[in-house]
Amino acid sequence: MQNEFPMLQIIDQNGVLVDESYRSLLTESLVKELYVKMVRARLFDRKGVNLQRQGRIGTYVPFEGQEAAQIGSAMAMQEGDWMFPTYRDHGATLTFGHSLKNVLLYWKGRQIGCVPPAGKNIFPPAVPIASQLLHATGTAWAEKLKGTDRASIVYFGDGATSEGDFHEGLNFASVFNVPVVFFNQNNGFAISVPIAKQMKAKTIAQKSVGYDIEGVRVDGNDVFAVYFHTLKAVENARKGNGPTLIEAMTWRYGAHTTADDPSKYRDQEESVRRRESGDPVTRVELYMKHENMWDEQFANEIEQTIMKEIEEAVAKMEQEPAPHYSEMFDYVFAENPWPIEEQKRAYAGMRGE
Amino acid sequence: MTTAVGTKKMTLVQAVTDGLRTMMKEHDNVLVLGEDVAQNGGVFRATDGLLEEFGDQRIIDTPLAESGIIGTSIGLAMNGFRPVAEMQFLGFIYPAFNQIMTHATRIRARTLGAFTVPMVIRAPYGAGVRAPEIHSDSVEALFAHMPGMKVVVPSNAYDAKGMLIASIEDPDPVLFLEPMRVYRSTKMDVPEGKYTVELGKGSILREGSDVTVLTYGSLTEQCVKAAEAASEKGYSVEVIDLRSLYPLDKELIAASVQKTGRAVIVHEAPQTGGLCDTLISLINDTSFFYMKAPVEKVTGHDTPVPMFALEDHYLPTSERIQAAIVSVMDC
Ligand SMILES: Cc1ncc(C[n+]2csc(CCOP(=O)(O)OP(=O)(O)O)c2C)c(N)n1
Repeated sequence: MQNEFPMLQIIDQNGVLVDESYRSLLTESLVKELYVKMVRARLFDRKGVNLQRQGRIGTYVPFEGQEAAQIGSAMAMQEGDWMFPTYRDHGATLTFGHSLKNVLLYWKGRQIGCVPPAGKNIFPPAVPIASQLLHATGTAWAEKLKGTDRASIVYFGDGATSEGDFHEGLNFASVFNVPVVFFNQNNGFAISVPIAKQMKAKTIAQKSVGYDIEGVRVDGNDVFAVYFHTLKAVENARKGNGPTLIEAMTWRYGAHTTADDPSKYRDQEESVRRRESGDPVTRVELYMKHENMWDEQFANEIEQTIMKEIEEAVAKMEQEPAPHYSEMFDYVFAENPWPIEEQKRAYAGMRGE
Repeated sequence: MTTAVGTKKMTLVQAVTDGLRTMMKEHDNVLVLGEDVAQNGGVFRATDGLLEEFGDQRIIDTPLAESGIIGTSIGLAMNGFRPVAEMQFLGFIYPAFNQIMTHATRIRARTLGAFTVPMVIRAPYGAGVRAPEIHSDSVEALFAHMPGMKVVVPSNAYDAKGMLIASIEDPDPVLFLEPMRVYRSTKMDVPEGKYTVELGKGSILREGSDVTVLTYGSLTEQCVKAAEAASEKGYSVEVIDLRSLYPLDKELIAASVQKTGRAVIVHEAPQTGGLCDTLISLINDTSFFYMKAPVEKVTGHDTPVPMFALEDHYLPTSERIQAAIVSVMDC
């Protein structure tokens, strides 16, 4: 099966173009945009880890190493489409227009962190593994019923493919032929469990066969491959050709979360090695150098601009007033039923309010 | 029931590991399975060291699927094994709800005892550790309500080990809940080797004569604190650790509230349909004419556990418990 789902690349790990048919599509503006978005995601992620270490936010989930998968796929989506991330996909949601401040507030334990900017169809991070595949299928189905050409994209990890909801999501999408892209980031581990313990199958893409839907395996650290193959899947979906399962082969450099210790289950040297040979951001830099698109000054400037944007968001996160406890009571229903109203009043009374 | 000799200072989570180790040593058919339990030793290290000691046929990293873990454990249990399945957090047990509700709990009844399911489901639960969303759920009442399921919750290391061993020995499915907030909060002397704490029995954490506080698991510390604060006001407060939520220790509860005539029930789970309702029903059935005041409840609200910035407003605090004690005393 592995041979039927070869890992597709457009550039190799040294940033060398390996698929000439994409040369004309790789315009300088597209390449630069992808590069900038990846750098932005990476700098944000590092900030997240630091903020957690400094005790300024709670547990944080890093994604460094997975930028190409997240940014390439998110860039293939359009305004009005739907995005269903997991807890690890803020690289994707930020690229799709989520606010830096709210994403930070999410990790500070604030409910507002689940709220996307007005008009952005970004679902809150799915914490129960694989549950979100069905929501993506449902929203895409709704678009189909409404007769629009909008689509949904849903993110999930390799571990998620073991849950029943993964299979139900693919099957519903297949049966009802809905415009959804199932975007798997195969980073090799579900917390400590390596893929070989998760499944006997050699690829995740091959799981598309059982549902008779499109399946494709891409180098998830090649942002161009991710972008163009996701674009193809989304365009197919918009045309009414149904869902696609994309497996993006990638790697998380760091811990599962800031509360995890990866040395318990893997040799972190592997992350060092992968960073040195084939890092998703470095690859694009190398490509740009090969193609005479690289501009040192531009790179420095965008880094400064991004850092400024991130620092401003951090400042805004920290200035955000503490939420009032009424927020916990007042959004469970459209109107508080009497038990909630009574509990809220009793709580206020206890506080002498 | 004890062959224990020396003691060792342990946290609650270490006592869980020790209980597992004790039973795995004694019985080859005890298996431990779940997500990240073997190589990683569990995300809370509750199964740390067991892989090295027992090998990967006895402690198994499963695929990421709760229904799969529980469903296959049912089969293992029906066919000679004693699986101890870990749910990484109680808030992630929901995919297995169907397996528990429709099979684990009723195979004995359906087959008039021809098949049985002697399995244990372990799950950390509760808020108060600044965990991300869903990780803080306290939904024990859903399971206490299920016919065919025992539900137990230790609040300290000694009980954790003894109750876990008793749960593994139990002939029926047991949900063994571990209050993650007190996983490492204190150490206490735990006997080495095997001993059991009988399921279905509560314990008196502190004796008193004016009010009975009924609680379990994560909030026992807050209740004892509140009782001590109340004693400074001249109130004598008894604190009962229920330990078993199904079945409840009817005799112990009834004897205590008949002595005091007043009760405060404390749990962090949402109020409506929570254990507080079952406890009030038990008090009504056994002790109505002894009561000097209506029973007070100090519980979580009828809301999802909020994200952690607000969790302190959700969780019962020692202050809220004290206020309830004063309120039943003033009645
Ligand atoms: C239903 C459910 N079970 C268990 C967990 C705990 N958990 C959080 S992340 C994780 C591993 C997920 O691995 P994978 O799907 O590969 O995604 P990754 O974290 O690697 O991005 C587990 C077991 C959960 N969040 N939801």
